[in-house]
Amino acid sequence: MNKFESELKTGNFVTSECNHCNRVVWPPSDYCDNCFQKVSWRKISKNGTIIELSKKENDVFCISEFENKIRIMGKLDAQIDMAKPGQRVKLSKCLFNGKNRFFFSLENN
Amino acid sequence: MKKIAVVGYGNTKFTKDKLPIESLLLESTKQVFDTTKNLSQDLIDGVIVSTNDNSKYLGAILSELSGIKPKISHTVEHLCSSGSSAVISGFSYIASGLVDTVLVTGADNIGNSGQILEWDKSRGEYDRPIYWASMFTKAHKRQFNTTDEELAIVSAKNHKHAMDNPHAYTHKPYTISEIMNSKNITDDLRILDCSYSCSGGSSILLSSEKTAKKFTDQPIWISGIGQKTNSASFTKNKLTTLSSSVMAANDAYKMAKITPQEIDVAEIHDAFSVCELMAVEDLNFTEKNTGAQYVRNLFNTEDRKINPRGGLIGAGHPLGATGIAQIVEITQQLQNKAEKRQISNANHGLIHNMSAAATSSSVLVLKS
Ligand SMILES: [Zn+2]
Repeated sequence: MNKFESELKTGNFVTSECNHCNRVVWPPSDYCDNCFQKVSWRKISKNGTIIELSKKENDVFCISEFENKIRIMGKLDAQIDMAKPGQRVKLSKCLFNGKNRFFFSLENN
Repeated sequence: MKKIAVVGYGNTKFTKDKLPIESLLLESTKQVFDTTKNLSQDLIDGVIVSTNDNSKYLGAILSELSGIKPKISHTVEHLCSSGSSAVISGFSYIASGLVDTVLVTGADNIGNSGQILEWDKSRGEYDRPIYWASMFTKAHKRQFNTTDEELAIVSAKNHKHAMDNPHAYTHKPYTISEIMNSKNITDDLRILDCSYSCSGGSSILLSSEKTAKKFTDQPIWISGIGQKTNSASFTKNKLTTLSSSVMAANDAYKMAKITPQEIDVAEIHDAFSVCELMAVEDLNFTEKNTGAQYVRNLFNTEDRKINPRGGLIGAGHPLGATGIAQIVEITQQLQNKAEKRQISNANHGLIHNMSAAATSSSVLVLKS
């Protein structure tokens, strides 16, 4: 298991980043995809933006973007009609139980 | 570069039955031997298998079962575009002069593991293809005001075409309203707007110009190839354009020295209805934002130019076989042997095959 998943298990949302290139390395990896130096790990800002969303049964799911780069799919705690792309969301919870799970809530816009 | 042709082909019937992968591979290979003149095992010096199956050493197994002792033999896996990737490998081996004649055989089983990319952490629990397809569809509706009816026309057309494809996994026609009223998978996806994994195998035989005429009076030349991989993880994608397909198509047209308007017939990767609307635009058959009108017009005029065998939605999608089955169809079209599916005066054909929400794409141009 890599650092991303072990941190996710404890509820932390982290990314790899390269201190040489001063950039986020996403998806999570051991080495920078630009300079191949070893990455360091840090928490990701929990404030994101909806890119797109849909609904399966009662489950609203969306792609959200964090720090203008990190995109993940997760469950949105909102009515589908209340949300649209560009809207601000917060990562309310994340965990790992066999699969990564991300939960978002709408910010007061 | 050397001229390389498709000189033989074979297909199994696509089915919902689970079958041994070796049997699927052998069945379509047998068809190649049954239908290609002057073909004997000693003339094949490359055997490439395309599959997402977890079985090992299938290139060697198929070779042994077919009595072939090739110079080059191995398996190619690239998710849904494994088939076209294997063909491009076979093409390259012949072009390099390493070998002269290559058998490319692809197969997969219903419910195989190639549909979920475990590595892609960005998808979270939403790892099945229906989720990216919902994102594509919703974004398309939002940007181009695409309607459920316009999406349903893709499926209605392709199911209709599949009626005349003896290898398709189903031969049931659907009306536009039946498709629109079929079960909601998500808010943006009906069950009849999806292609489904099935069991099946397809083969082609590739040969250099030097020996092509030995096997057929109608060699079909691979005149253009483009392939592009942008990423593996879905969430780096643009949502309203298949950007890897755009790049692959441009390279393929350039190599073939033709314009998109010269393509007479195409098999394109309609994994979901929205993919066909995007592809006809991104392959430059029609301008951006006119894909739905373009497909509606094909449907209304019974023009089979796009997906004459029924595409993935109509014929079924045995992942490793799909790219090869597309080439078999276009080869038959250009040989004027596509029977009820035949497009008149087809000289140039195209196949478009992609993987994992168009994170990578292959485009091949064929000519008679
Ligand atoms: Zn770096």
